[in-house]
Amino acid sequence: MPFNDTDLLSQAGSAENILKFDDLDPVLEANDLSVSYGGNTAVSDISIQIPKNSVVSLIGPSGCGKSTLLRCFNRMNDLIPSASVSGTVNFAGQNIYAPEVDPTEIRFRIGMVFQRPNPFPKSIYENVAFGPRINGMTDDLDEVVETSLRRAAVWEEVKNRLNDSGLSVSGGQQQRICIARALAVNPEVVLMDEPASALDPISTQAIEQLIQELSNEVTIIIVTHNMQQATRISDYAAVMMAGEERVGRMIEYGTNEQVFGAPRDSRTEAYVTGRIG
Amino acid sequence: MSEQGSIIPTGRQDFDRDLGRLEAELILMSGLVEQAIFNALNALKNRDIERSQKVIDEDDHIDETELEIERSCVELIRREAPMASDLRRIIASLHIAGELERIGDYAEGIAKISITMGSQPPLKELIDIPRMGDMAVSMLKRSLEAFISRDPETVRNLSVELENDDDEVDDLYAKVQGDLMELVKRNTDNVERATYLMWVAHNVERVADRAMNIVERALYQATGELVSGTTQIDTVPE
Repeated sequence: MPFNDTDLLSQAGSAENILKFDDLDPVLEANDLSVSYGGNTAVSDISIQIPKNSVVSLIGPSGCGKSTLLRCFNRMNDLIPSASVSGTVNFAGQNIYAPEVDPTEIRFRIGMVFQRPNPFPKSIYENVAFGPRINGMTDDLDEVVETSLRRAAVWEEVKNRLNDSGLSVSGGQQQRICIARALAVNPEVVLMDEPASALDPISTQAIEQLIQELSNEVTIIIVTHNMQQATRISDYAAVMMAGEERVGRMIEYGTNEQVFGAPRDSRTEAYVTGRIG
Repeated sequence: MSEQGSIIPTGRQDFDRDLGRLEAELILMSGLVEQAIFNALNALKNRDIERSQKVIDEDDHIDETELEIERSCVELIRREAPMASDLRRIIASLHIAGELERIGDYAEGIAKISITMGSQPPLKELIDIPRMGDMAVSMLKRSLEAFISRDPETVRNLSVELENDDDEVDDLYAKVQGDLMELVKRNTDNVERATYLMWVAHNVERVADRAMNIVERALYQATGELVSGTTQIDTVPE
């Protein structure tokens, strides 16, 4: 069925198409969250609950505000001078945008992995030890580094070259070292912005497997353009959409079965079947 | 954007064209199967051995069409990694092709029974079995209509209609069984000819059941709801 109604893209989703968890405390919960850059609204009125130890995919066409929303969850937008955020993001019983909250601490507890692997130009060991050192940890660093690299499923590949540069290994290994770096401070949530988009299929598979294993102990929110990847790794999917005025809105949030199998919003249907995007 | 202001990417238009072809293949196969049931029952009634043999020969074409549809579905899944309604449409098509192939086998089974009967006349005048056949073929047509409509309300309405018709076919089947058993009780020499007609009635009853399976797949395609199947294990040779 053709999808010709471009005006529809600018409309907010129906509240009944946004999954609510009545019987559990979400680890993260955004309420009426909006972000503007220099007065231009980038995402508007987002409310979403993220269950603990789940994998939630953020999907939608380019420019719909997925990465902007992702960055709200650990106050990374604070680093963009023109950005302003309204609404709340509750994490561990507190609004992370409350004035008394230290955004640096939030970024340790809610880690982030970016699209392109970005190891520091330091040794593999120092990359992983970086966070714990900043937090004042000096003892047991070897153990933390090993545990983190093991959790990121890259220990066996780099254990004999921990002093080599983090940039000297393959892209897939670099990305897993970045994940180990995020895990080294024991975050409760890890945000991932297209973490496998720059990787080959084998490395992508390794990252996907890792995400599924990690979800037993941490909550993962992942932006991905790869819908097959979203269906493979996530428990829930949130769909965002923006019209010509470029304001991103959430139009549907539900289980994978719903979003990719029988979407409720016609725009989700159009997006996941490749009629828009 | 296309000239009409459509925002459908070109690859998507190719996919839509292929989905249309898949549907056309299914409609074609459904026509072949309806004709096979109709011909098998008419050949039985008219004791037309040549026509029965033709039904048997033409079943190969139905089987090939099913394989062709299956190949198309596999190719589309491999190539397009379909989601949502596309995935449901392809999966439903795959199932429906399988159901149609089985209906073709029932027609072939009736034709084989007719040939086995040779020159013997049917044990009783064929009244209820052709009625069952007409209803089953009508159910088959409407189940395909439901599939093609892709409209939840149309599918649900047709589903209710078909359920009622299926009950009626079941009642007729029970009546045919009862009548034939009565004739066997009266004269045990009737047992062979009664068994032939029992098999025929069974095959026709199964056509109606398969039509119900098709409408269930039509509902899945239109809504994503997977309802429990009514297919039973065949216990009588076709």
